[in-house]
Amino acid sequence: MSASPSERREAWLFVSPAIATIAAVAIIPMAWTVWESLHLHDLRMPWLGRPFVGADNYLEAFGDERFRDAMARTFAFAAASVSLELVIGLIFALAMSHALRARALIRVLVLMAWAVPTVVAALVWRFMFEGPSGVAGSLLAALGVVDAGFSWFVHPVAAWVPILLADAWKMTPFVALLLLAGLESIDPSLYDAARMDGAGAWRQFREITLPLLRPALLVAVLFRALDAFRVFDVIYVMTGGGPGTSTEPISLYTFTTLLQHLRFGYGSALSVLVFLTTFVLALLYIRLVGRNLLEAKP
Amino acid sequence: MSRWVARGAAALVALSAFPLAWMVVASLAPETRLFDAGGVWRGPFVLDHYRALFDQRDFWVPIRNSFIVAGSTTVFAVALGAACAYALARMRFRGRYALLAFVLAVSMFPQISLVAPLYLLLREAGLINTYPGLVLPYLTFAMPLTIWLLVGYFRQLPADLEEAAAIDGAGRLRTLVEIFAPLAWPGIATTAILTFVYCWNEFLFALSFTLGPERHTVPVAIALFRGQYQVPWGQILAAAVVATAPVVLLVIAFQRRITRGLTAGAVKG
Repeated sequence: MSASPSERREAWLFVSPAIATIAAVAIIPMAWTVWESLHLHDLRMPWLGRPFVGADNYLEAFGDERFRDAMARTFAFAAASVSLELVIGLIFALAMSHALRARALIRVLVLMAWAVPTVVAALVWRFMFEGPSGVAGSLLAALGVVDAGFSWFVHPVAAWVPILLADAWKMTPFVALLLLAGLESIDPSLYDAARMDGAGAWRQFREITLPLLRPALLVAVLFRALDAFRVFDVIYVMTGGGPGTSTEPISLYTFTTLLQHLRFGYGSALSVLVFLTTFVLALLYIRLVGRNLLEAKP
Repeated sequence: MSRWVARGAAALVALSAFPLAWMVVASLAPETRLFDAGGVWRGPFVLDHYRALFDQRDFWVPIRNSFIVAGSTTVFAVALGAACAYALARMRFRGRYALLAFVLAVSMFPQISLVAPLYLLLREAGLINTYPGLVLPYLTFAMPLTIWLLVGYFRQLPADLEEAAAIDGAGRLRTLVEIFAPLAWPGIATTAILTFVYCWNEFLFALSFTLGPERHTVPVAIALFRGQYQVPWGQILAAAVVATAPVVLLVIAFQRRITRGLTAGAVKG
């Protein structure tokens, strides 16, 4: 069935309000960010105007140690949080696919964690690690992990622990849901056949579950990596990037450059660099998810 | 193996339930016992923090702001998104795959990359610290989200629905209203709930484009809580409970549908 001209016209009538809105609120602003990044634009010094400076902002960024550190930190955070969430999420997904009775309970918990505002998750975890007598802090001290009275948020490395835990607590459920969908698409007769061949649980996991789960794992990794790279809320609320700038991710540095230092030209250059970095990941993701979508024709 | 998985899962369930339970219990503890990790469970439980939240801080204001902003964004995005998704999912025309890819690409835009131009635009239009000044930025993520989810739902409906109606002589609009909409309704409702939750929880734009407590949304209000001398943890926890309750209740009430919506779309976390 090929589209008649009138159906084509109708279709464009249906899509154009939404597409025009997206263009107005996202595409034009994104183009503006690029344009802005090529100019000197400092809201604290309006008398300078907005002169064209070419690639100066980008050159400044590459020489800016705070920028380079923030970038490296963000990559490290993304790698750590995605690995953590993948391992825990897989255990959750396996449990949900096995334990049929507990499934409803686990699903409620998973959805609750997903629905909790990130700001709330961050505050609750900060509370649990706050001061010498926060409940998580004192538990870890009692277990001998740290000295009693250890202050998590004044230590440049230890401050990452509550951040990672809060992020994993909030985001693992989603990873588990994605992986569960992948597990459910595996044909159960494969396991029956393997059992008949005398394969143990571990071998079944290694030779059936893991290989067949690969597409779901890949989607989860890319999806979460994209998200983790943009991390902002958790860190803003828990440490504000501190102590010093030792937990400052790239989004927070960009935010500070824009709305506190009011350097819009330089901040826009940072925004473009963030955009380009995520773009590479996003392309990979679109190829994966997009292909699935195209294959499932109506 | 399966016993090992079950034990691991039980531990994880306990771990994942604990922070929320702790939040609720501690929000009911008197200020002096907030950090008494062993004693908080035993009570006494008081409503002091909740009273202070609504009497002294007027927490109704951010709640109202959040409802207005999240509600308007949802209505707007679902209305425009449903029309767009209908065409993308159920009509044949050249360029629809390109449009789908475009929508997906926009959903990947890092929010921080849009803060600078949106701030300048909103400032120019006099919309900083207003409701439209939040709804417009929220559409940047809400529109792609609704379109993407609804395309997924609309595709699942029987393919010959429209053809049968067309044979009966019904026009496109009548088919849409009388035959398609009743069947599509559950998917649209789920999409609306998910969009509302995203808007309710959004932080970066709300922080960037509001200036004072009169327009702060719930997450921003809580994050910026300050006491006179120290962090008012009791009130923060009470506010956290209040901020979480609406979305958690929504999600639990519609849990089956939402689980499916989240993984079918697999586009936003």
